[in-house]
Parts: sequence; C-alpha cells; structure tokens
Amino acid sequence: MTLTLAAHIILVPLGVAWAAIALVANYRGIKHDDADALKLAQRWSKYMAVTFAVGAVTGTVLSFEFGLLWPQFMGQWGEVFGVAFGFEGLFFFTEAIFIAIYIYGWRRLKPWAHFWTGVPIVFTGILGSIAVVSANAWMNSPQGFTLDSSGAVVDVDPMSVIFNDAMPLMAAHMVLAAYVAAGYLVASVYAVGILRGRNDRYHRLGFIIPFTIASIAIPLQMGVGDSLARWVYNNQPIKFAAIELVPETSSDVPETILGRLNSEGEVVGGIPIPGLASWLSDPSTGTSTVVQGLDTVPPDERPTNREVNIVHLAWDVMIGIGTALFLLSAWYAIYWLFKRDLPRTKWFYRIAAVAGVGSIIAIEAGWVVSEVGRQPWIVYEIMTVEEAATTNQGVPITFFLIGILYTAMAITTIWILRNMARRFREEDHEPEVPYGPREEAPVREEVTSA
Amino acid sequence: MSTLVAVVLFIAITAYCVFGGADFGAGFWDLIAGGADRGDRPREVIDRSIGPVWEANHVWLIFVFVVLWTAFSEAYASIWLTMFVPLTLAALGVVIRGSSFAFRKTVTVLRERREFGAGFGVSSLLVPFFLGCVAGGVASGRVPAGGVSGDPVDSWINPTSILGGVLAVAVVAYLAACYLVHDAQRMGDDEMAAYFHRRAVGSGVAAGIIAFVGIFVLRADAEYLFDGLTSRALPLVILSAIAGTASLVFMLRRPGTSRPLAIVAVASVVLAWGVAQWPYLLPETLEVADAAAPSGTLTALVLATIGAVVLVVPSFILLYTLDQRGLLPAEGVD
Repeated sequence: MTLTLAAHIILVPLGVAWAAIALVANYRGIKHDDADALKLAQRWSKYMAVTFAVGAVTGTVLSFEFGLLWPQFMGQWGEVFGVAFGFEGLFFFTEAIFIAIYIYGWRRLKPWAHFWTGVPIVFTGILGSIAVVSANAWMNSPQGFTLDSSGAVVDVDPMSVIFNDAMPLMAAHMVLAAYVAAGYLVASVYAVGILRGRNDRYHRLGFIIPFTIASIAIPLQMGVGDSLARWVYNNQPIKFAAIELVPETSSDVPETILGRLNSEGEVVGGIPIPGLASWLSDPSTGTSTVVQGLDTVPPDERPTNREVNIVHLAWDVMIGIGTALFLLSAWYAIYWLFKRDLPRTKWFYRIAAVAGVGSIIAIEAGWVVSEVGRQPWIVYEIMTVEEAATTNQGVPITFFLIGILYTAMAITTIWILRNMARRFREEDHEPEVPYGPREEAPVREEVTSA
Repeated sequence: MSTLVAVVLFIAITAYCVFGGADFGAGFWDLIAGGADRGDRPREVIDRSIGPVWEANHVWLIFVFVVLWTAFSEAYASIWLTMFVPLTLAALGVVIRGSSFAFRKTVTVLRERREFGAGFGVSSLLVPFFLGCVAGGVASGRVPAGGVSGDPVDSWINPTSILGGVLAVAVVAYLAACYLVHDAQRMGDDEMAAYFHRRAVGSGVAAGIIAFVGIFVLRADAEYLFDGLTSRALPLVILSAIAGTASLVFMLRRPGTSRPLAIVAVASVVLAWGVAQWPYLLPETLEVADAAAPSGTLTALVLATIGAVVLVVPSFILLYTLDQRGLLPAEGVD
C-alpha cells in the first residue's frame, strides 16, 4: 500500500498539473503563432499519454489494494469516507475522457476547439485530487458520523465527512505541491538540455513555461504549509510534537534542525534555534507559546521514538528542499525583473536540473510526515493501524509481487520516456552531445524510480 | 434506497463488461493475431480502435469498487478477504496490461513491440478470467457475510468460478470482435472486417456453447442462482440468447445493427446474474437491504451517480462521437 501510494504520488503531480503546463504552451502556440511552443505542447501531450496511463493503472491497483490490504478498515469505515472516492472517480473519469480527446485530437480538431478540450483536464485534475485528499484528511480529522454502543457506524453526514476540518488546507497543500513538482520536474529536463549545449529557443521555452508556473506556486505553497503546520499544532498536538521533536511539554521550544530522540527519549544532536518552534506555532504569543510534548499521552497512543525520528527527519527534508526551491525561484524572478533574461551561469541550471527530483523527494517526505506522524492511528484517535490491517497470510507475498512489479514498471517507464526523448531529438536532426555529463542525464527518469 | 444503489452497482458492472470488456477482448485477439507479418494489420486495427478509449473504460471498474466499499462495506470486506488470490492476480494483470499497451505504442524495435504486445495480450486474458472467477464465487454463495474470510481456495477454484472465468473470456472476445468488425469497416478495410467477422462468429458460438453447458454446471453447483435464472431472470436469459444469435446473423448483412445487439446480449447476461441472486448481495447469507450503509452515505452516493450522469455521460458520448468520426486518429501530430 505504502509502496503503491509512494509510486502513485510521483505520477499524481504529472497527472494533475502537466496538462495545465502544456496548455500554457498550447495557448502561446496558437495565439502568437509560436511553432516552438506548439511543438512543446504536442510532445508533452505524448509523454503525458505514457505517464497518465501508468498513473491510471497504479490508481486502479490502489483501489484493489484498499481491499487486499485493509479489508477490516474498509469494512468499518468504507461507508463513511468511501463516498469521497465516488466523487474522485467522477472527476477522474472526466479527466480520462478529455485527456484522451486532447492527446488524440491534435491532427483533426481545429486549434482552438482542441485547446478547449484540454481545459477540463486542468479542473477535473484539481477537483479529483481534492476529493482524494479529503478522504485522507478525514483520517486525520474523523467526523461526520455516529457510532452505536457496539462500535458500528449508524449515521453518516457525507458533507461533514468530505468537508472535514483538515480538508481545505491539506487539499490546497497537495494541489500546490503537484504544480510545484510538475513544474520543476518538466523544467529540469530542459535545464539538462541547456547544460548539454542545446541552448536554443525551443529548450529555453521548454524551461521557462514550467519553471515559471512552479515559481509562482512555491511561495503560495510555503504560506499554505505554514497554516497547515499551525492546524496540526492546534488539532494533532502529538504529531506536531513529533515534527518538532518535543519530548516534554514546555514553552520557548527550540526549532531543532536535524537531531533525533535517543532510546531514553531525549533530544540528541542537531542544531537548536532557540524559541523558534514556539514562535512559529503562534507568533502572537511569541516564544512563550506552550508546545505539548510527546509525554502527555501514554506510549501506545503516540509514535515510537523511531517513528518520531523518521517524522522529524522527513519534516526537515521537506522544509529544507522547499526553502531551497523558493530561493532558486527567487533568483530566477529577481534576475528576470532586472535583466529581462534567464540567468546565464551554469550553476543555476545545475540546481534547476535537480530541482525536479528534489520536489518529488519533498512530496514523499511530506507524505511521510502526514502518515507516520499519525501513528499508531489510522483513523486519528479512533482506530489503530494494527486493528485495521488484513489478517490474510498472503500479504507479504502480495507486497513482494507488487514491489517487483513496480520496480520493473519504474525502470520500463524511465526507459520508454528516454526512448521517446531520443527519437524526438533525432527528428530535430540533433546529434547527441558526445561528452555530455552522463550522470546528470534527464532527470525525469531518476525520479520515476525514486 | 439500498435497492437503487444495488441497481447502480449492477449497471456499473454491466458498463464495465460492455466497454472495458471489449478492451480485454481486443487484447485477446491481439495475442493470437500471429507473427509480426500476419498479425500486423489486425493489430493496427486494434490499436486504433481502443487507443483513445481504454483508460476511460476502465474507470468503470474503479466506480464498481467505490460503490461496493461505500454502500456495502461489510460485503466488500468479505469479498476481498475471501478472494484475495484472484483479485491480486487481476490487479497485477491490470497493471501489466495498461502499461504494456501504452509502452508498446512508443517503441519501434520489433522485439520490444513483441514483448510489450505479449504482456498486453496475456494479461488481457487473465484479468477477465480472474474477475469472472470472483463473480462465480460470489454468485454461488461462497463468500460469507460479516466481513470474514471464506475458503481461500474453494471460493474461486470451483465449477461456477471456472465457468465464470471462461465465459468472461469468451464473451469479451466476442464483444471485441463485433466492435472491431465495425471499426475495420469504418477504416475502409473490408478484408479486416471479414477477418474479425469470422472471429466474432467463432467466439460468439463458443460463448453460446459455454453458456449452455453452464446451465448444467449451475444446476449442480449453484442452486440458488440456477433457480433465479430459470424463474425471475428467465426473460433476460432469453433476451440474451436471442440478441446474441441475431447479432451473428445480422453481422454480414447489416453490420450497423449487430453491435447494439451484441451489447444487449452481454448486458442482459450480467443483469440476469443480478436479478437471479436478488434479494441477496452475497447469496443466501447477506441481503442487499441488510448490507447497505446508513442512508446519508447512500444519498451521497446517489448524488455522485447523478453527477456522473450529468458530467461523465456527455463527455463519454463526446469521446465516442469524436472517435467514431475519425477525429482522434493518433497521438500528437508527427
């Protein structure tokens, strides 16, 4: 499950946001009669066909896995939060239909008509991910149902389930993450091209469009992320304590960069910034803000020390990468503002080339924070993971099979996308640069196997 | 309300069989189309025919799962715990199938095309077979109520399941061949139309024979289902037989009418299954009314379904119309 989700979540940004990126190029191509932009949009849509197909099958497998791995969980809670997937299915259905029309319609549809068939993909992609995230948000903020004395669900209010308290911020965070990651990911491929000397208009445009979209999304993402962290502080204090590495309740809590809990549950190592965690939790009360510690609940109702360390490290990774991406985009924005041009130094493109992988790692880290931080609960403070898991003997085998399958698929996807890129270059009569830096080869590949 | 949702569930299963099933059938014909030279033209027809529509078709399956786990969570848990093995295999098949098909289109080397083609074809055979096994196990009352596991082996290796699996493969092959006749004609390829016509007749006759033999299997193995099929679901069974026969008869003379007839034949079989096991969701242990979720959930699900009708159906019609008019010829421009 985790594995499939981890693989699926890589493809989500591409499914949700790539269409928007391609449409910007498409719009430019038609409006300004820009052949390079049209060529980009058209090739992106061909790559999209592959990534969307893989995303669709991993998504389908996810719906199998809910039952294969979490039958008891679905048996008890499916009737409460399952309906969110009903709406997701609705939007995904529409998305699949229009993506097919868009991808296959290049040759015979009129340009503007074709452009407009792409627009629903953008909206359904966003709405679909909101619907899915609402199901996950419900696990963090379970509400909208009543239980009878035997623990069975008797009454459900679907509005309150779907629009649960955690949903708005989590959904915004995920949608923005999709735009950030898809933007940097697509741009990183062209950054590599530019580094290899293919510094023509086509490659520059292929860099500028997605990179600009990501650069607009990243500051918004930091704002939403900040609000979400404060939501966690107020509503899931134990997760927040794990994030900030707070073993005991206190005020004036330092923001510890890196560091971990030892077996006695004390903070060791790391660089503490005095009072920052308290201040960030509630700037109005500053460093005197009290942060609840892990010790306020019994050990079997909080993550283990090891899990706390994983959550904290994942948090640091996410924040670190997010900040780095923000700085990179600030560099880009400032340069553009004053020079009306792209930065010229190779270092900019080198960093941009790894930004795609970086943003995917940040998404995965964020996923870890959200999921591991909720341990031992699967439905916050109602049902533990242990109670929800399947009793089947076959789980390790399924898990193993799926692992092999996903590895094989990741490798094949990489290989396919590279193959396509090579063929496109051959079409442009562009010889491979013989001594190009091999290890920095197209970034999308490394990502899919991450 | 629970009846309404159960009807929605069976309509979604029917839609999956009619649309998604045809994609699996196309994979079956792709698999046995022969070597690179002989199989080249049929494969091209298949590629062009299912290329733009297969992803959308498979959302029906997700929809079936969603309805099941949302409206009938307990039955869902029982089915998944019991049918762990065939469902895992079907899931693997779905992955291999979808990705191989998408990958095959992007490669040009013969050996690579062949490998992905084999992945696509073999998994197209396995998925309907295993899903048919699951349907057979459910229909013959081998899944217990209460969110607990039934027999992990007997539940899907039994006469009714094997019948379900084999029948599913034959039916989707027949359905796909009917569609492909039409698509080949639309592409102006009479030779290929005749090619798939022969196969439609062959697989249609095979499906008919399997269904006929199946009557005896069910009488011995799944009494409740057999009683239902020979009483309240009998009109649907007869309708299916007539429509199936008519589709084969008309195919040569009036190809336009044979396709809807084939759809009617397949859809009425699936609906007959639903009617025959009524009022049970899991025959003889769990009735639909007892299995259903609280009314708030069911209302939301019905709303989602109405949303689907309003949003998805027109889009779906648009996709099929554009596709049938040949406006979606290939990916990209070059």
